[in-house]
Amino acid sequence: MYAQEVKSTGKAVKSLEEMTPEERVFQTRIDADIKIEPKDWMPEGYRKTLVRQISQHAHSEIVGQLPEGNWITRAPTLDRKAILLAKVQDEAGHGLYLYCAAETLGVSRDQMTEQLLAGKAKYSSIFNYPTLTWADIGAIGWLVDGAAIMNQVPLQRCSYGPYSRAMIRICKEESFHQRQGYDIMMKLVKGTPEQKAMAQDALNRWWQPSLMMFGPPDADSIHSAQSMAWGIKQNSNDELRQKFVDQTVPQATYLGLTVPDPDLKWNEEKGGYDFGEIDWNEFFEVLKGNGPCNKERMEARRKAWDDGAWFRDGLMAHAEKRAARKIAAE
Amino acid sequence: MTADDGFDETLFELALRMGDNALILGQRVSAWCGHAPVLEEDIAMANVGLDLIGQTKLWLGLAGEIEGKGRSADDLAFLRADRAFRNCLLVEQPNVDYAHTLMRQYLFDAWHLPMLTALKQSAEPRVAEIAEKSAKEAAYHLERSSDLVIRLGDGSVESHERMQAALNALWPFTGEFVAPDDVDKAAASRGLGPDLSAIAERYNETTAAVLRDATLSAPADAPVRKGGKEGLHSEHLGYLLSEMQWLQRSHPGAQW
Ligand SMILES: [Fe+2]
Ligand SMILES: [Fe+2]
Repeated sequence: MYAQEVKSTGKAVKSLEEMTPEERVFQTRIDADIKIEPKDWMPEGYRKTLVRQISQHAHSEIVGQLPEGNWITRAPTLDRKAILLAKVQDEAGHGLYLYCAAETLGVSRDQMTEQLLAGKAKYSSIFNYPTLTWADIGAIGWLVDGAAIMNQVPLQRCSYGPYSRAMIRICKEESFHQRQGYDIMMKLVKGTPEQKAMAQDALNRWWQPSLMMFGPPDADSIHSAQSMAWGIKQNSNDELRQKFVDQTVPQATYLGLTVPDPDLKWNEEKGGYDFGEIDWNEFFEVLKGNGPCNKERMEARRKAWDDGAWFRDGLMAHAEKRAARKIAAE
Repeated sequence: MTADDGFDETLFELALRMGDNALILGQRVSAWCGHAPVLEEDIAMANVGLDLIGQTKLWLGLAGEIEGKGRSADDLAFLRADRAFRNCLLVEQPNVDYAHTLMRQYLFDAWHLPMLTALKQSAEPRVAEIAEKSAKEAAYHLERSSDLVIRLGDGSVESHERMQAALNALWPFTGEFVAPDDVDKAAASRGLGPDLSAIAERYNETTAAVLRDATLSAPADAPVRKGGKEGLHSEHLGYLLSEMQWLQRSHPGAQW
């Protein structure tokens, strides 16, 4: 998802007997659904895993501004321009809430930003794909925000209080994001043949990357068990992916679009769709930095940060001058 | 200037000018989304952009109504040629850097607020109504941009230099806002819009005070650069419009 492949401790989950007394109290609270707050004792592994997960999530919101921001100046109507601008602004806001949540765990926003810009922190693979046509803006809202909701709704119940509360605020906005995306697709499929072709092409390109958002198959997901025991992950990758496919295929049908998967078939027995193999090789390449836009996305973020240094320094210098003047006047 | 067929050209021009200023500046500002120096600025700039696009819809909607030829706000925004745009030259000046962007915003806001405040008294109720709503937003924009101009002007050596360079580049474009032409005079004589010399006075007072606090100085005897109000633009506008209008124009008649 926005946090794919979050490294946890890499060790097996301890049983209550193996735990220290502190760990036992902590785990009992989690099992009783009592939120962990910043001042509470927590295992170092829990703290580290959360920092990784929340910061990856925050970075995804921030980098995620870029592919859609790419179309704000070219949006086809004033309403679409305003809606898209508001949507991308929301994503920046999500980044802000999440950085604040991560800061309660003792890491600063500047530190997290520096890690991102140094290429040491990850963000979701999905934002390394290009937005080539206006229909991509529709497809992102519909599929990418749709997948995000699927993952984030359970995260509202996350064991860490500040993260859970951030997710509650974020989820309220995400459903608007998905609706505006679907609405764009709707307009396109009802439009000219060129518009309809644009919509199908966008679905063709975004389908697989959207499925990859849920992370690698459960069998290869080594860090999930501990995260689930700690209540910072509620559902497995495959579970959520299945749910997403089951929800999205009928929506594509309603749009009159074809999901680009020859193996897609309703499976009566499991009450869900069977779908084709995902190209995990591509996924790992994108995570490694070899996706179509990794370089551009990081360059854009670095440029924003570097070009903005004088601005941040200038405000700081002013604050210092003002403080000095205040002291001088006293 | 009401023609025999009832077309009120003065009112039409007034609405277009207000709408085009908002549209072109909104377009410029929204290009920062995702690229601003800090996250809070991404959000704040997007707010300003959203307000301006919202105002555009109202002003251009009114312009279309007055024209009476069935053109919508979108038609006017996306299907008009550059010579038909009526924004002042300042707002079409490129973003360059964040200093230019903020200075351009400030120099616009310092005119926009007193202009809208005066338009609340317009003899045309539809104008007064849009001004009423927009003035609240403009007041917030001016508060924000003057605060940043002061802090960055009186900030570090580099931030001071950048803000001064932006002021030097942009100051010549400010005269156009407050130099009345025939349309402005006709509007004022009918009570549709204000007497621009009163706005000029306000403008000079507020900018002098803010620039003084910012330790910046406006270039003396800068020539006034104008033409946008009559549709004579700088070369920058053509590029802005080709980006903004491209999708609409490449699918004639399509719905989005
Ligand atoms: Fe988001
Ligand atoms: Fe979203």
